[in-house]
Amino acid sequence: MIEVKKLVKRFGMKTVLRGVDFRVERGEFVALLGPNGAGKTTFLRILSSLARPSLGEVKVAGYHLPHQAAQVRARLGVVSHMPLLYGDLTAQENLEFYARMYGITNYQLRITEVLELVGLEARRRDLIRTFSRGMAQRLAIGRAVLHDPEVILFDEPYTGLDQDASSMLDEVLKSVAAQGRTVVMTSHDLARAEDLATRFDILTRGVIAASTSRGSLGRYGLLKYYKETLAG
Amino acid sequence: MPTTSHPSFIHATLAVVRKDLTAEFRSRELLSAMLVFSLLVILIFNFALELNVKERQSVTAGVLWTTFAFAGTLGLNRSMAVEKDRGCLDGLLLAPVDRAAIYFGKVISNLAFMFMVEAFVLPIYAALYNVNLFHPGLLLVILLGSIGYTTVGTLLASMTVQARTRDVLLPILLFPVAIPVLLSAVKASTGFLNGADMAEIWPPLNLLIVYDLIFTAVAFMVFDNVVEE
Ligand SMILES: Nc1ncnc2c1ncn2[C@@H]1O[C@H](COP(=O)(O)OP(=O)(O)OP(=O)(O)O)[C@@H](O)[C@H]1O
Ligand SMILES: [Mg+2]
Repeated sequence: MIEVKKLVKRFGMKTVLRGVDFRVERGEFVALLGPNGAGKTTFLRILSSLARPSLGEVKVAGYHLPHQAAQVRARLGVVSHMPLLYGDLTAQENLEFYARMYGITNYQLRITEVLELVGLEARRRDLIRTFSRGMAQRLAIGRAVLHDPEVILFDEPYTGLDQDASSMLDEVLKSVAAQGRTVVMTSHDLARAEDLATRFDILTRGVIAASTSRGSLGRYGLLKYYKETLAG
Repeated sequence: MPTTSHPSFIHATLAVVRKDLTAEFRSRELLSAMLVFSLLVILIFNFALELNVKERQSVTAGVLWTTFAFAGTLGLNRSMAVEKDRGCLDGLLLAPVDRAAIYFGKVISNLAFMFMVEAFVLPIYAALYNVNLFHPGLLLVILLGSIGYTTVGTLLASMTVQARTRDVLLPILLFPVAIPVLLSAVKASTGFLNGADMAEIWPPLNLLIVYDLIFTAVAFMVFDNVVEE
């Protein structure tokens, strides 16, 4: 579903990704871990066609980036640090806008469905500027799954969420993954990642330094594995 | 499950325009800033240049276009800042639409705001200075000049919005690039206001038309590269 070969990304003189190889099969849930500044966000931005690879090959859902970006975008949902919502529009209006941008027909039904999924039906007529960080994040997740994407990228989706919202997000992520979608999530919350993902990749020093599946983690768990990888 | 398709160019453009107008009519942040600012500029000119009737005729076009240009940058900056501040620009760029459609959507809403400001400024200016501005030729120049200014301005604003100093950066970049528009707009406006020969008005008017076409085409081609990292 996602295929990345020898991906290099430079910002001016600075090389952030130095030859990333990454492959995700349909239905896999990959947690992408790594220290601050490792390039996780940059990597997800490349997968979502918001940034261009400097070198290397990137394929998402069978389409090449950057040349077939529109096809990739139609099959992709993204949740980032920022909610990507308009403060002066209501929850309903925000989703309507994105529904139009994704060419969703009969979107009223779908919007109601999504608002129920993220627990915001009661707030649909409220402006986003009146939402708390967590509520905006919930709606951001609703926005990302509105067009029922095959691949979903989450960049630290738990940031700023309270217990309630985090469990809601757990549920959403599980239901999203259960439907055979492919998910890549970055997270600093190892316990949560361990709970959800089927595979753990560690991005550090510009490459995927290690990759392991849930089954082969052993009894010490993800934390020890992560620390050992970073220590080199 | 939703049925999706790639929305057509025109649908995507209209969705962006509709979103911008809905948000703006709710907050009125951008329009009120532009309107208050324009009003101040005209008033200051009014006091600063204590003009007699004859002199007024000759500065009218200059004062009007100065007002439009400054109020315009204010609006262009705001309209892009709204996209940037909650990461909405990324949201737009993630949509499976031709990115030129997003650009044209922003151009059309910026142009709509510009026209609203102009529709407000003209009668006030006419009343303050006691000049008749309702000349079809002048309105045509304002239309063409605003289109040129907004097409370049929207493109540059989408570049400068990344920078921390965007409020200063936009005018610094935009004014030099927009000089051909502003100069020919002032020339053509003055021509129409003074009832000059069409032979005298055609050259700047043609320049405006050519500029509009060229910059629309350029923006169409480069917008994708400007917004991607
Ligand atoms: N647009 C940009 N221009 C220049 N450098 C950038 C840009 N975006 C990211 N970087 C640099 O790339 C490196 C990786 O950043 P990135 O945000 O991808 O890290 P991250 O793994 O997501 O970190 P975190 O865990 O803190 O979110 C950083 O050193 C950052 O300064
Ligand atoms: Mg990050």
